[in-house]
Amino acid sequence: MSAPRFLIRGAQIGSGSATDILTQGNVIAAIGSGLDSAGAEIIDAHGLIALPGLVDLHTHLREPGYEQSETVLSGTQAAAIGGFTSVFAMANTNPVADTAGVVEQVLALGEAAGYATVRPIGAVTQGLEGMHLAELGAMASSRAQVRVFSDDGKCVSDPLLMRRALEYVKSFNGVIAQHAQEPRLTEDAQMSEGEVSARLGLAGWPAVAEEAIIARDVLLAEHVKSRLHVCHLSTAGSVEVIRWAKARGINVTAEVTPHHLLLSEDRAETYDARFKVNPPLRRREDVLALREALADGTIDIVATDHAPHPSESKECEWGAAAFGMIGLESALSVVQESMVETGLFTWDDVARVLSITPARIGGLASHGQMLAVGAPAEITLVDPHDRQVFTTDRLAGQSHNSPYLGIDLPGRVMWTIHQGYATVAGAKLIATDIIAAQAEEVRRG
Amino acid sequence: MTARVIMQTPDIHRVLTRIAHEILESNRGADNLVLLGIPTRGVTLARRLAAIFQTIVPGAAIPVGALDVTMYRDDLWQHPTRMSSPTDVPVSIEGSTVILVDDVLYSGRTVRAALDAMTDLGRPQIVRLAVLVDRGHRELPIRADFVGKNLPSAHDERINVRLAELDGEDVVTIDQAVSA
Amino acid sequence: MRHLLSTSELSRDAAIDLLDISEDMAAVADRENKKLPTLRGKTVVNLFFEDSTRTRISFEAAAKRLSADVINFSAKGSSVSKGESLKDTAQTLSAMGADAVVIRHGASGAPAVLAASGWIDAGIINAGDGTHEHPTQALLDAFTMRRRLHGAGSRGKGLDGVSVTIVGDIVHSRVARSNVWLLKTLGAEVRLVAPATLLPVAVHTWPVTVDYDLDHALGESAPDVIMMLRIQQERMNQAFFPNPREYSNVWGLSNARWIGLPATTLVMHPGPMNRGLEISSAAADSPQSTILEQVANGVSVRMATLYTVLTGNREVHA
Ligand SMILES: [Zn+2]
Repeated sequence: MSAPRFLIRGAQIGSGSATDILTQGNVIAAIGSGLDSAGAEIIDAHGLIALPGLVDLHTHLREPGYEQSETVLSGTQAAAIGGFTSVFAMANTNPVADTAGVVEQVLALGEAAGYATVRPIGAVTQGLEGMHLAELGAMASSRAQVRVFSDDGKCVSDPLLMRRALEYVKSFNGVIAQHAQEPRLTEDAQMSEGEVSARLGLAGWPAVAEEAIIARDVLLAEHVKSRLHVCHLSTAGSVEVIRWAKARGINVTAEVTPHHLLLSEDRAETYDARFKVNPPLRRREDVLALREALADGTIDIVATDHAPHPSESKECEWGAAAFGMIGLESALSVVQESMVETGLFTWDDVARVLSITPARIGGLASHGQMLAVGAPAEITLVDPHDRQVFTTDRLAGQSHNSPYLGIDLPGRVMWTIHQGYATVAGAKLIATDIIAAQAEEVRRG
Repeated sequence: MTARVIMQTPDIHRVLTRIAHEILESNRGADNLVLLGIPTRGVTLARRLAAIFQTIVPGAAIPVGALDVTMYRDDLWQHPTRMSSPTDVPVSIEGSTVILVDDVLYSGRTVRAALDAMTDLGRPQIVRLAVLVDRGHRELPIRADFVGKNLPSAHDERINVRLAELDGEDVVTIDQAVSA
Repeated sequence: MRHLLSTSELSRDAAIDLLDISEDMAAVADRENKKLPTLRGKTVVNLFFEDSTRTRISFEAAAKRLSADVINFSAKGSSVSKGESLKDTAQTLSAMGADAVVIRHGASGAPAVLAASGWIDAGIINAGDGTHEHPTQALLDAFTMRRRLHGAGSRGKGLDGVSVTIVGDIVHSRVARSNVWLLKTLGAEVRLVAPATLLPVAVHTWPVTVDYDLDHALGESAPDVIMMLRIQQERMNQAFFPNPREYSNVWGLSNARWIGLPATTLVMHPGPMNRGLEISSAAADSPQSTILEQVANGVSVRMATLYTVLTGNREVHA
């Protein structure tokens, strides 16, 4: 029996009332008042909200291959500072995560770093080329135990290949996470097609390019009775398709990014490439429809699509810039701003969409549990009363391509506890060597 | 601001008539004369002078033109971008006697610009300068040949020339900036 | 005016001022000595990432007539084509002391990025960016219309009530965009005629009327101005229309359509023309055609633009 670790005093668990939480080893040992805290480090959490450690189902860690943008270490540091205790790492690395070897490497890098549980996502097709299935079974049975497969960045557009993938992953209860983008309809596309794109002279990305793929995929999932996850919904039409599919009993889950909940296409007006993202920012109506859908459960989760890029990929003309924005460090603040401050969400809802449901979709038993006695000590403490201009000081990853720099945002992650140890204390990241040592200790048991 | 009236219609007419006589005297008649006004009010004054010439020398049709100097100024970076005005010189000025006409002579920079602008149009035999008001404070070695009124003024004062054709009334005022 | 990036930024007064200054610049072109000393000591860089000899020469002539030093920086064969970024290029030009950068770029918004970047302090003039805008082309078009319609009395006037029909590849046309905003600002009534494939899907949000049928549009009422846009070769095989023959039959200014127009309707084309495709030779070479005037007027309008961007006290203007 390990000694008491942290006594968290006066935290409000989700939407509940304030209480104390005692952790011991890497579990929650007691919840209540008057807890025996002998030997425990005391965290004064009055006014803070306690959430189960956040889980991101959609992160680009860039390693191996693009270490100038992000590494597993720097990406999980960004995760920790944002309150995340687990991230699912997308497969579009170099080499692509399409073999057991690559996913095990990513898993090991995450374990060694120790800031968050890293669960690799396997590619659906070899090299993300949309031609041949990747070694899905080998990745599933590897030490990484891959359950989520995605060609994210690219769409599995071949309908037959998509059908086969949906069928094949049933044998190990996997899920295909689809990046819904009809490739022909989006050739050279730069931003959402509509009033703004027409004015700016940027090639348009029609909503139908997303919605048509989602419609096809939910019907395929129904036909083969498999499980589909739709990445980053961006349009009101996509919401309607998902709503219809769920009403029909189709086994589909859907995700939305923080940026699609807050930002709209008019941000492109200045051609500031920080706002260039795939799928693109949409109309204000779409933003509101996505919020409604997240509130009513049509959309299941929020995932960041954290996409780091070096500065030269953004400090250039729009057409030449890379798609994507970072999001781990700002996600909770943006969800608070768009969902909590607007009255659409309670903090229990935040826990649901940023921890509990993403862990369930990803098959991650060690995370996403309600804070209760016996639950793993994966805890995020957020100060909801903080409000300040978001600056690079808040970033812990390697890249600075955040769309929120200079924008006023509420909320701040004060503590992140992962596997029983703090990765963030008093809104400060704990040093790399200390975390690596703690993680090593946990692994040894 | 307090405005003091310096000249009104009769004063302006009187000094322009005097200037016309002086020009005719120095030129020994109306031959070869071209009047070039500097926009905007210099052009109006040049037209009035031409009309007065006709009353003095019946049948004398002295050509009147407009000479814009905007593109020749040396202070284009000290003020908001200036609007240009049309340059319209109806006759060749080659070998002629050009009378440059402006409302107020101050630093002399406008006249310097006008001399450059004129050089790009041709080579007159003689160039003379006629102004309604000379307020002093020259920054360049330039002087007027014909002056309606010498009006010593302070730097922070404004000389305001209003002419009926453009402004609906004839009046020259001196505006004294009142310090708070 | 710190930069000229889009005609949508121009107020009616600012646009008319530019056209009026252009008139004064045009007068200079008629005299023996065509040069003005205005921009002596200023450096204008023509930064052309796309080939456009016509536009570059026009800006070069304009800058030289105002006595500016001109540096032509063509991207072809330079470090730019070897992957140097816009940022590095801009910083290089800044170090060379450029006071204004005339930029032609294949990417929409590149001039706006340059203007907002802080990489360079120069005034930025958009000489055509991707499928976004080409403001000086629209200004010279408006200038040409105003001169033809109002003659010597142009000064101070807009284009109120003038009906302008623009025909062709609207969706990819920077000329069309700049013209739509500027003509609207000047009070003209704009009609766009094109197959739906060559119109933005959101064209209903523009201050224009739209017709898919050229004969119908011309039949309703003859416009004061008809502007034919160039059909780019690369559109031919992208399913925007079945083939050039069908396009020409339905949307070209053929002899028959041209003869049906009143003698007062001006025929415009930003050039270079595809004779026999979007415009017949008879129409292009007719007295109603302003195509050569457009070229001459281009220099005057660009002189006015350079003058307006390069002079003025920036603190006062900012
Ligand atoms: Zn994606």
